[in-house]
Amino acid sequence: MDSSEIRQLQILAAKSRMGAVLGTYHAKSGHPGGSLSAADIVTYLYFKEMNVDPKDPGWEDRDRFVLSKGHCCPSLYAALALKGFFDWSELTVLRHVGAMLQGHPDMKRTPGIDMSTGSLGQGVSAACGMALAAKLDNKDYRTYTLLGDGEVEEGQVWEAAMFAAHHKLDNLVVIVDQNGLQIDGAVEDVAGIEPLDKKFEAFGFEVIKIDGHDFEQIAAALDKAKTVKGKPTAILAKTVKGKGVSFMENQVGWHGVAPNKEQYELATAELQAQIDRLEGAC
Amino acid sequence: MAEIVKKATRESFGEALCELAAENKDIVVLDADLAAATKTGIFQKAYPDRFFDCGIAEGNMIGVAAGMAAAGKIPVAASFAMFATGRAFEQIRNSVAYPELNVKIAGSHAGISTGEDGATHQCIEDIGIMRAIPNMMVLNPADHWEMKEATKAAIAYDGPVYIRLGRLAIDSFNDPETYTFELGKGITLHEGNDVAVIATGLVVNEALKAVKELEAEGINARLINIHTIKPIDRDIIVKAAQETGRIITVEEHNVVGGLADAVCEVVTEECPVKVTKIGVQDRFGFSGPAWELLDSFELTQPHIAKVIRKVVAENK
Repeated sequence: MDSSEIRQLQILAAKSRMGAVLGTYHAKSGHPGGSLSAADIVTYLYFKEMNVDPKDPGWEDRDRFVLSKGHCCPSLYAALALKGFFDWSELTVLRHVGAMLQGHPDMKRTPGIDMSTGSLGQGVSAACGMALAAKLDNKDYRTYTLLGDGEVEEGQVWEAAMFAAHHKLDNLVVIVDQNGLQIDGAVEDVAGIEPLDKKFEAFGFEVIKIDGHDFEQIAAALDKAKTVKGKPTAILAKTVKGKGVSFMENQVGWHGVAPNKEQYELATAELQAQIDRLEGAC
Repeated sequence: MAEIVKKATRESFGEALCELAAENKDIVVLDADLAAATKTGIFQKAYPDRFFDCGIAEGNMIGVAAGMAAAGKIPVAASFAMFATGRAFEQIRNSVAYPELNVKIAGSHAGISTGEDGATHQCIEDIGIMRAIPNMMVLNPADHWEMKEATKAAIAYDGPVYIRLGRLAIDSFNDPETYTFELGKGITLHEGNDVAVIATGLVVNEALKAVKELEAEGINARLINIHTIKPIDRDIIVKAAQETGRIITVEEHNVVGGLADAVCEVVTEECPVKVTKIGVQDRFGFSGPAWELLDSFELTQPHIAKVIRKVVAENK
């Protein structure tokens, strides 16, 4: 990846963040904090990593993505809209009655969503099922799933981890968005999960630790995962909750609260300034 | 009269899966360390490459099944009814039923006839739990032949299905030469207008023996077998209510949430009649041999006959 490619990804990620802010503002609800922390990872997956076709969302050989931390769908929806799965204007009716974009991902309603999620811990099991099905069918598509660091407190995550290692699902990549915050406070204060790297290692994973906002590190980790054989990979991505909007960064209060009009305008202006700066540098 | 086959419906189910898997390559089977008991072990032997033991982790098993269904497979996930529908309720609700994925959930060792293992393993709530979930079809076959046909229909149907299996070997009463199974359609096993007995699952044969016994006493009870609890056959229930004016339900399940309530939901809306509920009377089971327990819970032929007699006498 050269610097111009990285800048393009940074622009797309900023636009995804803009979409997340736009969506939650119009919804008057939703989860901006974790959407913003995940935006760079999701952007990289959809614009560099995954083999998908917006014109044929159900294409059976496509790579799969399961947003196990389903509440962070606003930035995923924005990335899918930018990719061409549906119109950007859908974000302005996010969570409205009759909307295509639900409060949590709905595979039946939304093109590009590979699994309905929202109840924490469940997406990772579904991702295991997809990866196992690929093995069974001798298909080479890969399955990616993104978890929150609070989410790994769910026992099902570890049931799934044991399953993935036991079945040698080297076509599965589990990414943990480690923004360090959950609803009730800092993860380490609520129900400590560290040492997370040692836990995944002990469960039979190849573990890679990265800065989840650094596209070069994201790329290197996902490239490395493709070379790992006989076991699944866990990428532990250190991130900043609320990343990209100054007043939301590292604030636990922005987990599940929508911006008001003033905050929306402020956030949009900040993100637009980032986009302008990046585009100016192109 | 057809030859009587004495077999637990879990075994009939395991056999049916094997037969279907020969033709349908998409069928895969998952279990949670109970393959020998749920009888998916029969499939495991025949198709080891399409069988996945998930270990004692039912929540993950259901999630894996959902993912496999999303990738085009027809997963059958089996455990004891208690753990499949209890432990993994929310995975079934959110990862299977909500996205309407093509997963079949088999709950074995359902009801008190699980026997000696006692209350922790005797699931008397599974029908109620599964019935309350939108998009979920609920099947409770009554004998060997019905289970085989129900399994075939469940696999052919594109969507989530819960199918209830029993541990106890029971006599068949259907005739495979004439038997036909249709999802959502009740079957009238005995004609009569004095009272309508509506039964499901393992106790259908007990009810059948009871209504036959009562013929000699001049009591003509109608007997309806409801193998599909959801969607329930409204027409057959309404007709029974209209023509007999009195209903008795029989099930090896809590009378809260199961067949009794499903029948009451129909008659209260369409043709209110008095309904007497034979079943587990909202209490837990306990250890003991299966038939002794069924007798103790008053779910066997003599008890059912007694209730029918009483109800018919009241009605005259």
